[in-house]
Amino acid sequence: MTETIFNLEKIEYTYQDSAKKVLHDISLDIPKSVITALLGPNGSGKTTLMDILLGWKKTNTGRVLVKGKDLSSYSRRERSKLISLVPQNEPLQFAFTLLDYVLFGRAPYIPQLGIPGKKDIEIAFAALETVGLQELHGRSITSLSGGERQLIMLARSLAQQPEILLLDEPTSSLDPGNTEKVLDILNELGNSGLTIIFSTHDPSAAAQIANYIVMLRRGKIYRADKSNYLLTSENLTNLYGANLKVTHVGESIIIYRD
Amino acid sequence: MKNINQIKKPKPAYVILTLSIATILIIAISLFTGRYPQAGISSPAAILTDNLALKILWIIRIPRILSALLIGAVLASSGYVFQMLFANPLVEPGFLGVSQGAAFGAAGSILLFGYIPILTQISSAVFAVIGLILSFSLASKFHFGGWILRLILAGIAVSALFSSGLGLLKYIADPMNELQDITFWLLGGLWDADWNSFLSILFVCLISLIILYLYRWRINVLSMNDRSAHAAGISPKIEKRLLLITATIGTAAAISVSGLVGWVGLIVPHLARKLVGSDSRFALPVSMILGALYLLICDTFGRALFAGELPLGILTSIGGALLFIILLSSRKSLGKTV
Repeated sequence: MTETIFNLEKIEYTYQDSAKKVLHDISLDIPKSVITALLGPNGSGKTTLMDILLGWKKTNTGRVLVKGKDLSSYSRRERSKLISLVPQNEPLQFAFTLLDYVLFGRAPYIPQLGIPGKKDIEIAFAALETVGLQELHGRSITSLSGGERQLIMLARSLAQQPEILLLDEPTSSLDPGNTEKVLDILNELGNSGLTIIFSTHDPSAAAQIANYIVMLRRGKIYRADKSNYLLTSENLTNLYGANLKVTHVGESIIIYRD
Repeated sequence: MKNINQIKKPKPAYVILTLSIATILIIAISLFTGRYPQAGISSPAAILTDNLALKILWIIRIPRILSALLIGAVLASSGYVFQMLFANPLVEPGFLGVSQGAAFGAAGSILLFGYIPILTQISSAVFAVIGLILSFSLASKFHFGGWILRLILAGIAVSALFSSGLGLLKYIADPMNELQDITFWLLGGLWDADWNSFLSILFVCLISLIILYLYRWRINVLSMNDRSAHAAGISPKIEKRLLLITATIGTAAAISVSGLVGWVGLIVPHLARKLVGSDSRFALPVSMILGALYLLICDTFGRALFAGELPLGILTSIGGALLFIILLSSRKSLGKTV
């Protein structure tokens, strides 16, 4: 495997108000400049692990290294120039234009009491072009469809110009057409050298674009390896507790219930 | 394909210019409106040649107009910031126990010492800040939901406590004396506004307005949920707390002079967003100007319509409720325009 970007050492996580351990003894190396899928059933700890990679949740034990340096030693600005997040969903309460909203991603580059400059607007516009929404830049975000909302959140994260893009269940609420669109864009971004880590409970999405897969089950790593080694009927059946079959047709992988 | 240079620019500058001109006009009208030298609008010549009229202008009308402008700007901008930070278009600046705290403080002072404007002002400001402190302290002790939800719940609890305390004070107040003063204070008004009261809140209100204005773009980013704001390199807890405290202290100072003036902090931010869109770089300053203008118009009507003054809170509520109904009934309802 190539150079790693995240190194997790014996991570454990328990919620403050609950005795239940959500993540158990996670040690993991995540490769740089490839697409990694955190795959697992609901409640397996994917979102918690994502939050730890983002620095949003602090681990109880163990440490998280990013580019060889402890994540907690980065300043907020440094961290957000390195890692950005596309959330699963975000309530879009106010009618910002698409361009205004994507400009939020420029926050790490703008002084606390500053406002975006011409360069920020150019970068935000380029991010809109990447997701194909540049023609709608003046429209209100509250008028967007579910698929467009996912794309605009992706554009906002790209405007952050990160080295690592985290996506929390990016396709879970999308129809097949929009799922295809989002995965195609992620594939292109992955090919350009961006490190992409996305959580999903859908093995088909992981099969479609992930080079590397981390399988999570009940807060523990079940398997972690290159996707073509991991996506087997046996692994998926054990991971989900459902009888899943994997068939290779040309370069495509088809997953179906037996 | 659209080029970056073809991006349609919003025109908030025209809106700000128009509102500023309108405000100057209303200030001019308000200066010459009153009961002396004649009821209604007097000619500038009639005032400038009359020493008593000039004294009234300087001692009463100018500080009152300045107070209306300042208080209106503070209430509207604080309401704007509250709505953005709570990502809820229906909250207003007195939300965190501040309005009810101020009301309790004012009523307590009236009951203990009679209606002495400066004492009432100090007591209402002190209890407004106590309301804020109690809300934050309680929120840190609650074991339910995220910190924003805890803050909302704490604000509701503190407001309810002060509200019941206010009820008790009104119950024991003498209906022929203190109860009338308490009721008038609660209806809101600027009849006691003078240079002293204006200058006593000027510094706090200006600081509040300046801080909120400097944060105008950042407020956009803070309207996202806390996790997304964190991912964008912001500490939502620290920055939201700073802005909420700034807005609330400004509000406390403002209502210590005006009494409870409802709807300004709720409806004006909606109007501002309707005029220039949701980008706080423009919507926040427009809220400030619009709030100042709205309160000045209401106050001018309140003191000019009848021989006796109509309480300010009644007029802001009538106007606010009508605007609210119009906004909700328009094709672009609140949900779409905010």
